[in-house]
Amino acid sequence: MKTSIALAGILLAGTSIVSAQSINAAGATFPYPIYSKWFEEFRQAHPSIEINYQSIGSGGGIQQLTAGTVDFGASDMPMKDAQIAALKIKPLHFPTVLGGLVPTYNIPGVSQDLKFTPETLSAIYLGKITKWNDPQLVKDNAGAKLPASDIVVVHRSDGSGTTFVFTDYLSKVSPQWKSQVGANTSVKWPVGTGQKGNEGVAGMVKQTPGAIGYVELIYAVQTHLNYGLMRNSAGVFLKADFNSVTAAAAGAAKDMPSDFRVSITNAPGKTAYPISSFTWMLIPSDIPNAAKRKAIVEFLQWMLTTGQKDCAGLGYAPLPKEVVAKEMKQMAMIK
Amino acid sequence: MNRLTYRKFVSNVMLTLTGVCTLVTVSALFLILGYLVYNGGKSINWNFLTKLPLPPGEVGGGMANAIVGSVVMIALASLIGLPFGFFGGIYLAEFGGKGFSFAVRYMADLLNGVPSIVIGVFAWTVVVVPMGGFSAIAGAFALALILIPITLRSTEQFLGEVPRSLREAALALGAPKWKVVATVVVPAALPAILTGMILGVARIAGEAAPLLFTAFGNAFWATGINQPTASLPLIIYTHAISAYDDWHQQAWAAGLLLLGGVLFTNLAARWIMSRSISGHKG
Amino acid sequence: MTSSAITAGTAKRTRSFWSRLRTGDEVAHLVTFIFAASVLLVTLLLLFGLWRNSLPSQAKFGWHFLSSTDWDPVAGDFGALPFIYGTILTSVLALLISVPLGVGAAIFLAELAPPKLANACAFMVELLAAVPSVIYGLMAIFTVVPLLRVYGEPFLKRTLGFLPLFQGPMLGVGFLAAGLVLSIMIVPYIIAISRESLMAVPRDQREAALSLGATRWESTYQVVVPYARLGIAGSIFLGLARALGETMAVTMVIGNDPAIRASLFSAGYTIAAVLANEFSEATGKIYQSSLVELALVLFLITIVVNAIARLLVIATARKGTAHAA
Repeated sequence: MKTSIALAGILLAGTSIVSAQSINAAGATFPYPIYSKWFEEFRQAHPSIEINYQSIGSGGGIQQLTAGTVDFGASDMPMKDAQIAALKIKPLHFPTVLGGLVPTYNIPGVSQDLKFTPETLSAIYLGKITKWNDPQLVKDNAGAKLPASDIVVVHRSDGSGTTFVFTDYLSKVSPQWKSQVGANTSVKWPVGTGQKGNEGVAGMVKQTPGAIGYVELIYAVQTHLNYGLMRNSAGVFLKADFNSVTAAAAGAAKDMPSDFRVSITNAPGKTAYPISSFTWMLIPSDIPNAAKRKAIVEFLQWMLTTGQKDCAGLGYAPLPKEVVAKEMKQMAMIK
Repeated sequence: MNRLTYRKFVSNVMLTLTGVCTLVTVSALFLILGYLVYNGGKSINWNFLTKLPLPPGEVGGGMANAIVGSVVMIALASLIGLPFGFFGGIYLAEFGGKGFSFAVRYMADLLNGVPSIVIGVFAWTVVVVPMGGFSAIAGAFALALILIPITLRSTEQFLGEVPRSLREAALALGAPKWKVVATVVVPAALPAILTGMILGVARIAGEAAPLLFTAFGNAFWATGINQPTASLPLIIYTHAISAYDDWHQQAWAAGLLLLGGVLFTNLAARWIMSRSISGHKG
Repeated sequence: MTSSAITAGTAKRTRSFWSRLRTGDEVAHLVTFIFAASVLLVTLLLLFGLWRNSLPSQAKFGWHFLSSTDWDPVAGDFGALPFIYGTILTSVLALLISVPLGVGAAIFLAELAPPKLANACAFMVELLAAVPSVIYGLMAIFTVVPLLRVYGEPFLKRTLGFLPLFQGPMLGVGFLAAGLVLSIMIVPYIIAISRESLMAVPRDQREAALSLGATRWESTYQVVVPYARLGIAGSIFLGLARALGETMAVTMVIGNDPAIRASLFSAGYTIAAVLANEFSEATGKIYQSSLVELALVLFLITIVVNAIARLLVIATARKGTAHAA
């Protein structure tokens, strides 16, 4: 009897040792490297606020926000009207960073950067191109010794905003993809095996010779994987980087809709990287708990100013100035 | 060769093969242990045991919050689950009526057979959503649901093995039934019951599936048992499927820690059992 | 003194409920009854919850759910067949490997090994059963999968590649990897229970066979094992039940592709794996409900298998007592 009281006492004491304001969030894996860095840095600057972010995929972020089990969500896919309608409290979209999706591959003997066109990339994921030495790939990549081996297609197995960005791009450049598969966080893939999270896709590509996958730029860089160039709408082959991703957002920055829901894949412009995307934090417009609301607003302010400086180092592009200004105005809408 | 020599030859070959089967199975255990010790041993250091995880790509983080989170949830789950299993088992063995006992037993077996992922789904609907968040409590609830049928059946079984003569002697001395149960029957079966409980706790210590939608995970220290928390099995899962070598190292280390704990608990339970048996022989 | 349930209400009871409660026995009865009843209730609640939350997709798809191969979150079209296929295929594969291995080891431990060696080995096999599923998954990702991809699958393709079972791209992950991992996970159960069944066979059976001139193996294989077949069959069903519900290790190596393909090299999906991967992000009523319906299907399959296992174990016990007499 005494021991159980003591045990209960220890547990209760344990619950009050750390008296920080705890915020729980979940969502996209696309920005997880920078989000985790942000939350760690923010905690150093504001030790009383801990934001616990679990990267379970954009679909998970939307679902858990809908179920009311997290304080805010994160997604690379702007919420659809039907999803917003399902929420009692209207969510506000806050763009956080810009990122680029790269086709990453692991071909033994090929260390150079391969060139992919909208046609070849969609054909690979439709299952129409099955070998690395397919004539279309060879034509675009003169000089690369492409082997006669099978292409192992890797995609996401979880509900992913990264998938949405990728399929959104493919839907724009391939009518067959648009009608056969469509764009969403989770689709019916014609071919390929699924892995969980950007991390899982990168991990599988890294371990499987002949594999190709789509991941956020930083995942390919951090895991030392090769990634290819994409041909953009102006016909230029580009790699995803700070400048090309920023260029993709240039047009959208001027015409940003008031709810910030916009797609910048296949953006016009000679220097624009075609598979770029904003990623959003989904903040409820009404947060009853005053302490939580204050903490979240403080974080958003920090994120839009200090936080943006971390982008370049991790392979993301910071938000355009016009977008930041608009977001500051939207923060006033959080009650 | 003649028929008999052939048959003897076949006999020797087949029997050797059965020995090979045993060798293969037993060596799997040593393979697992060896791999974990080799890969995990080099990553278990003071940092690992005391520090919080760092963002991916940054080396030097640890899993202190996962270790504590696991301990807290196992303790909570035991606090919830063991009494239900224990007292329920007493009811089935000592007080139960025929029909109702059969129903309870059948349902407990059913619960035992539910895949742990389904238990996690159930815990999400009845604890996480109403509570409005993930928590150690939800994780402990899911784990308790796995612990209860194991404890229930083993308690009932071991109480049943206590000889009738013991009960009858106590009753003959004029003790009421509840006193007989509490002071004679239960203590007689206690080592075995404890062993069953310890083995059950060791089982839930390694479960990850029920924690996926309940405990959820935490990058920092959980600020209360009503908050999400990290745990060793979950972190092994997320780190193993990731692409970072640093995270793989940590997965091995966490695996070594977890398996070490589970195996140690199993050995301790069996030691208790063997001591009680030899004690009785005296 | 019969302690009947409080609500039984035999006519002879004249004291009120509360005065009866003053005796220690009734208190103990009531308290333990509450605990036991809670276990019953929570299980019923689980069943009810599964049923109720799967109603939307039951209403939409009906029995077609079990035969449809679509898993299309965009179109809202869901079908269980690829997952049922994957679950059964990986479990059957696991049994094909673990049953010969397990029964063989059980024979060795029950018949041949000296007692000390047999007990030591049996102990180590039990420890194998205590290893958590994530640890098997962790091992599998870094050992089984690369070995299969680099050596195992090419070898099978070279030698048996004419069979559709061993064709197609060799990824390492897939049905074969999942089946292999599952087999190691269930082999301890098969060994433990089969060994007990074999040891329960009366000595005179063996001796009778040997005295008729049978070799050791013939006596074992043609007399002892058939005698213990009910228990061995029970162990197989128990192992099957375990394999069907296994989540973590499988989801880490199966490739997560809801497709029905003949090749063992191809990626697949099981019910438990898809629940683990997609449940926390299933937006929309039909998506969530379909997943819960999958959970219900899995649960029903495991109930049936467990029931068969238990019947076999009871039958063995009965046979044992009949012969002991």
